[in-house]
Amino acid sequence: MTSRTIKSSRRTVLKTAGGLLAAAALPRVARAAESYPPLGTWPAGSSGDSVFIGITVPRTGTYAAQGEDELKGYMLAVEHINSGNPLIKKISPKTTKGVLGKQVKYGVADSEAKPNTAVQEQQRFISENKAVLMTGSTSSAVAVALNHLAQREKVLYVAGISGSNDTTGKDCVRYGFRQCFYGQTAAAAIGPVLLKNFGKNRKAAFMTPDYTYGHTVTKSVGDYLTANGGWTTVTDQVSPLGAPDYSSYLTNIANSGAEFLINVNWGHDAVLSTQQAKQFGLLDKMKLVIPYQTPFLAKEVGPEITQGVYAATDFWWTLEDKFPLAKMFVEEFQKKYGYRPEWGAENAYMEFALWAEAVENAGTFYPPEVIKSYEAGRKINSIVGEVYWRGADHQLVRPVTIVRGKKPGDMKNKEDFWEVLEVDPGLPLMQKPDAFGCQLGEST
Amino acid sequence: MITWSNFVSQLFNGLALGALLALISAGLTIIYGTLGVLNLAHGAMFMLGGYAGYVAFQATGSYAIAVIAGALFLVVVGGLVELVVVRHFYNRPPEDQLLVTFGIGIVIVELVRLAFGSLSLTVPAPSWAAGVTSLGFMIYPTYRIVVLAIAAAALAVLYVVLYRTRLGMMVRAGIEDSGMVDMLGINIYRVFMLVFGIGAMAAGFAGIVNAPVVSLTPDMGDGILVQTFVVVVIGGVGSFPGAILGGLIAGEILSLTSMVDPSYSEVMLFVVMTLVLLLRPEGLLGLRGRA
Repeated sequence: MTSRTIKSSRRTVLKTAGGLLAAAALPRVARAAESYPPLGTWPAGSSGDSVFIGITVPRTGTYAAQGEDELKGYMLAVEHINSGNPLIKKISPKTTKGVLGKQVKYGVADSEAKPNTAVQEQQRFISENKAVLMTGSTSSAVAVALNHLAQREKVLYVAGISGSNDTTGKDCVRYGFRQCFYGQTAAAAIGPVLLKNFGKNRKAAFMTPDYTYGHTVTKSVGDYLTANGGWTTVTDQVSPLGAPDYSSYLTNIANSGAEFLINVNWGHDAVLSTQQAKQFGLLDKMKLVIPYQTPFLAKEVGPEITQGVYAATDFWWTLEDKFPLAKMFVEEFQKKYGYRPEWGAENAYMEFALWAEAVENAGTFYPPEVIKSYEAGRKINSIVGEVYWRGADHQLVRPVTIVRGKKPGDMKNKEDFWEVLEVDPGLPLMQKPDAFGCQLGEST
Repeated sequence: MITWSNFVSQLFNGLALGALLALISAGLTIIYGTLGVLNLAHGAMFMLGGYAGYVAFQATGSYAIAVIAGALFLVVVGGLVELVVVRHFYNRPPEDQLLVTFGIGIVIVELVRLAFGSLSLTVPAPSWAAGVTSLGFMIYPTYRIVVLAIAAAALAVLYVVLYRTRLGMMVRAGIEDSGMVDMLGINIYRVFMLVFGIGAMAAGFAGIVNAPVVSLTPDMGDGILVQTFVVVVIGGVGSFPGAILGGLIAGEILSLTSMVDPSYSEVMLFVVMTLVLLLRPEGLLGLRGRA
């Protein structure tokens, strides 16, 4: 153990020294190297002609399908960044090829949607590959854990899919950033739609996965409907991640007198619980609502189940009719992978594109400068229109899209599952930056 | 949410859940009882049964053929796994056996993922069992009632095979003293291979019968494997009647606890298992010193 530590530290010293020498050849980085003290993986991670990103997504378990999709978004973004694709240049106008002229490389590890596994793998990417950026999560439990790792190791982290309020709320950190929508914005977007269509004083049953994402989304949606519409939560069926069967939860819901089934479960849990709700005859008696959409849900359960269902999402591919960059993204993605992207891939692509934008504007990989660049609040042209980062909690201010499931007969192609009803501007949906207890901490 | 009607509903649901768990656990416990190997690939066998049934259903459109093909496929897979790998581990320490079966499970899961991807697949319930049935106290999916009946029938068949046939006698004699059975001129290895096949078939059969209830994913065996272990520990490791009793108890715990607080239903399973281990380490129907 001791010898390994010595060995790796010697390697670190050599690499750092080598990096500093190489950096001297590049005037811009050389200047930076002179002005900033070493921090995290800086300058070692960006001293060569490439930089490394550590990606941990679930490739096994309940969230595997969504993890794979997320990974496709990351890979497409890296390809576009390295080749200077026109789409990346629209989002990050200063990008030429690579980031600050350096090619982006990455490593992928299976997080199994488990915080401990994700942290161990990212720790490995930091020590062995000198990662300048970490990313990946389809579980907010992972996102929160990696947030804290990022802050401790002083290496930037952009969350993957993470719907918990905590990620940019009580567990926010200076080194962590989130692009996607979350419990609070989902609730504030879908709540008014439900009240408008179904009226006040209704009875809802929730299905909630038992971790930070589930609890915060259920609370946000429940609070909104109660405060603004007098809805009551007649039961909240909390289940573990990856539950093999939902019959006992559904039996409780069948006996609860609920008129609405608000299913917060995600990934395969959402697929299974929704299918079994149908089998129990619940969907004939209650209206299904999906406050935080799972990519591929409609494809997996079928449009017979999702027709008429309201859902909130980050992105749906028919937004290509509204946003020119969405059209470019859908075309590029479909060309490469043979199907239209869902929001997991969109989120992943955006995270990397926005990171490239932030680094290019900082002019250095030195993390505190990149953070300052993120926090500057520049208006950025994105796949879903103009967006900007909120400096106070590192949440992207971006729209939330409300969709409704199409009838099988109304679908124009086999991926035309959802109709976009509205695209709600982000800022009015968001809480005050400190409402969920966000304290970012220091950057050095 | 404890009301009388919900209590009766959950009692019934627990029975249905428990019958399926009992069937899967019976496979695990027969293998352990006879071969002394705790098969950690059992969850993968359950999953593989579902996928085999899916393929057969896609090819023929027949539910009956899917169930039979799925089950037979698993007998073959189980027999092959015993012949090629597990057989060489009978004289190795238990930890080697655990590791190798765990490894087999991973290989099976990843091969299925390679072939079918991570997106879930569905096998529809046969048309005669689609829809819901009113039981008076609750409305219940018709197909789940069918699963309950099939699981009970399959357990009855397994019972007859184990306790009323010559093969069953050899298997049970093998559990008692495999060396003596060998000396009596019975090819004990052939019996072991058959037992492993039958054990895998129990899981695979449950997997395909249960396929219309769940959607198939390569990881679906993981959660089931854990619950199956709990069942076997509660009932008594190696005991066939114990697997049935343990399965029913586990089903009822999962269902009834969810009435009080759903987030505790899995936890209660382990609480009961711990209590059994403390008070009766050999399990409710296990024999002392055997397991």
